[in-house]
Amino acid sequence: MSQIIDVAHLNYRYPQQSADDLTLKDISFSVADGEWVAIVGHNGSGKSTLAKNINGLLAPVSGTVTVDGQVLSEKTVWDIRKKIGMVFQNPDNQFVGATVEDDVAFSLENQGVPRDEMLTRVHDALVQVNMAEFATREPARLSGGQKQRVALAGMIAARPRILILDEATSMLDPQGRYEVLQTIQQMKINSDLTVLSITHDIDEAASANRVLVVNDGRLVEEGQPADIFKHGPALIKMGLDMPYAERLKAALKRQGVKVPADYLTEKGMADWLWQLISNK
Amino acid sequence: MMNKLIFGRYIPGKSVIHHMDPRAKLLLSFYFIGIIFIANNWQTYVALFVFTLLAIKLSGVKWSFFINGVKPLIWLILFTVILQVLFSGSGGHVYFKWGIITISQLGLVNGIYIFCRFVLIIFMSTLLTLTTPPLELSDAIEYILMPLKVVHFPVYEVALMLSIALRFVPTLMDETEKIMNAQRARGVDFGEGNIFQQMRAIVPLLIPLFVSSFNRAEDLATAMEARGYQGGEGRSKFRILKWQARDSWATVSFVALTIILVVLRA
Repeated sequence: MSQIIDVAHLNYRYPQQSADDLTLKDISFSVADGEWVAIVGHNGSGKSTLAKNINGLLAPVSGTVTVDGQVLSEKTVWDIRKKIGMVFQNPDNQFVGATVEDDVAFSLENQGVPRDEMLTRVHDALVQVNMAEFATREPARLSGGQKQRVALAGMIAARPRILILDEATSMLDPQGRYEVLQTIQQMKINSDLTVLSITHDIDEAASANRVLVVNDGRLVEEGQPADIFKHGPALIKMGLDMPYAERLKAALKRQGVKVPADYLTEKGMADWLWQLISNK
Repeated sequence: MMNKLIFGRYIPGKSVIHHMDPRAKLLLSFYFIGIIFIANNWQTYVALFVFTLLAIKLSGVKWSFFINGVKPLIWLILFTVILQVLFSGSGGHVYFKWGIITISQLGLVNGIYIFCRFVLIIFMSTLLTLTTPPLELSDAIEYILMPLKVVHFPVYEVALMLSIALRFVPTLMDETEKIMNAQRARGVDFGEGNIFQQMRAIVPLLIPLFVSSFNRAEDLATAMEARGYQGGEGRSKFRILKWQARDSWATVSFVALTIILVVLRA
């Protein structure tokens, strides 16, 4: 598999920061084509800054970002943005259009797509996220989850290679979060999409192929979700919730039950409990 | 509070007038306000009223909306009318005279005409806003401003600003409500005390609203840029307006009205 995103020795500092105080310190990683990578870390660890550096919303102090073979620079930034779709945290503040269909069409308008094609692409995208019947609604009459699904439809219509979710589900209720994640899974099946999701949500991290842990502007750990979830209570420090199975394990440990050190899914945990009881 | 406001409200419907091109509606409404001043006798006013009432009938919107549209302005109208009646000097039969105050036939007739003008203008503009969604109005304004591009007027930018502003009106209303309630929960009394106390009470509402608007603007700008917005040039348009037969007919009817007015004019 080829690398679609390659970040090398990235340093970033906000203009108001002093020279030795960096928000991102020497970050290097790469993402394979079609991979789903979750970036986790506590608040203020630099995750969002990292995402904005990848599509050129912020320019790094040093280091390079290469997206799909193109090195990010002032010349290539608009080409790169065409390849990257980004969904942000607040569903209200990223809704540009006056109605659902206008919002979905916004990226297409920016790319100068002819109107006939725009109509079909907007409609198809809305059907995919299950929002076709809301096409002419105003954002004020939609729920948070619906607005995020519209934002995703905007991405589907624009057909990016990479989707960056910047805490896209953090302001939603569990139902809305589930719906949005389902939609993204579906998008990934329908098109060969690379997903980079920044999240505190354990389910979102669990559906990733790989998890990157950022702490204080540094990339401190990298591994399969199962490897990361093994950390148990230390997960809270990383800005993640503990999976249900881990919480159960921690509670059992306090009761003096010997629990396996490896990460178990909920099903794995249930199997292990059955075994434990039947062995007694 | 905001729900009582008729001006700028839109009542969804399926009438001919609802389906008209917003450009036609906007331009014809302005045109109508212009030709009201052609009228100068009772026949012409009757013609204008018949025309307006027909248009209202066609729109299928309830009469009460139009009456409610006039209501907030009724004191202004009556004030103007009374001034006109009392101080327009002698002309025709004089009914009453005391100092500089004269009630004459001419004064009374002028007062009635002014009343009619006000009501006609309000009816027509209410009809425009009730049958046209704000979004279509902003599209119409964009088209109408297009010729100004010649003098480097930023038409796209103004249109985008207008549509974003309209889109954020309900969002900011909700936010205002939320902040008001949050401040009330902390003991702020809104709308109580003398004028200075009331003004002071607005500050804890206004400043958070300002700050959050800046945050919203920042987020929105980031989101727009991330989605490839590079300014108005080179964009295609999703939303287009179509001039249809009914718009031409509406224009024809306005021209006919103008001719009738000119003929009936004294």
